[in-house]
Amino acid sequence: MTTPPDQTEQAEVIERAQPDEAQPAEPTARDAANWAQSISTLSVGEVPQEAINRNVEGKRVLGPMQGFGKMWQKTYRVRLYGADVRPTEVIAAWKRDFGSFWPEKNHFYGPLTGIEPGDVAVLNLPMPGRVKLSTGIFGMYADDESFTFMTLRNVAERFGVDGDPETQVVCVDRRRQWRRAGNIRHSATIRSGLYAVGAPFRMIAGGRKKDAGGKRGPSA
Amino acid sequence: MTEATLNMEVRPAGGKASIVDIRGDITSGSEEALMDAYGRATADGVRVVVLNFSGLEYMNSGGIGLLVTLLVRANRQRERLLAFGLTDHYRQILELTRIDEAIGMYDSEEDALAAAGAS
Repeated sequence: MTTPPDQTEQAEVIERAQPDEAQPAEPTARDAANWAQSISTLSVGEVPQEAINRNVEGKRVLGPMQGFGKMWQKTYRVRLYGADVRPTEVIAAWKRDFGSFWPEKNHFYGPLTGIEPGDVAVLNLPMPGRVKLSTGIFGMYADDESFTFMTLRNVAERFGVDGDPETQVVCVDRRRQWRRAGNIRHSATIRSGLYAVGAPFRMIAGGRKKDAGGKRGPSA
Repeated sequence: MTEATLNMEVRPAGGKASIVDIRGDITSGSEEALMDAYGRATADGVRVVVLNFSGLEYMNSGGIGLLVTLLVRANRQRERLLAFGLTDHYRQILELTRIDEAIGMYDSEEDALAAAGAS
């Protein structure tokens, strides 16, 4: 008995398909849920009108190797002596109430539900000389037991501990990358300073526009 | 917190490069193991170190920080870092952190060694 040609073809197709079907799917990594998705530019959700969002929205994300200045690694620690609380509880509260842990006069404009990997938030922080630093954060990684942000004193207070955070500062790379010098123009500190310097001029320009608008307006 | 487990083996590849086989987790607690492996990989004047990530099981932000430190060390010593064996997930993390722009990433050991001029 001979197999009809169409059946042979079908059998071959099934045979060829088998190795692909048998290939196991890539296992999900244990840290998969802890990382943000890859992005090219930052996108902030709605922020109040008073928030200065000059250095976050639409900005391209750069890696640590693309910076100009010295590279620093800063680690802050606070020990919750006497607090009967598990690490997972601390981190859960920290992420959930992230905005409330910022010191007074520091403004955090981010998701109301807490901060998660992939979230972007705007920060307005007071600096000397009445300059307001407009910067932001991109939550790149968070898991149940670790989270990287420096609102430690207030977190400790939440758990009934009055502690001074320890700071460990390590200079990872002392060299300046002169070929990246152009990236200075993206510095939030410099841009915020220039924005503050320009404030009187914007006020004058705004006043003139108002006057001009008033003159052109329809007469009663 | 669960103990991080990491095993690193260094093997020479044609005198021009060394391969570091990474098995386990890379976290901030992996610094000693990673730097020690890198030191062994470059001990004989080897200028190209190829990281084999096919055994990587877990990496957090502390681990990424260590990779950056390793990159800085390699740049300072005028050595090159290459990588292969990354799953889509870890490739995406290296893209997210822009480390992919500083480490050459390849699909296989052969490709990485060819790029290193060691095959």
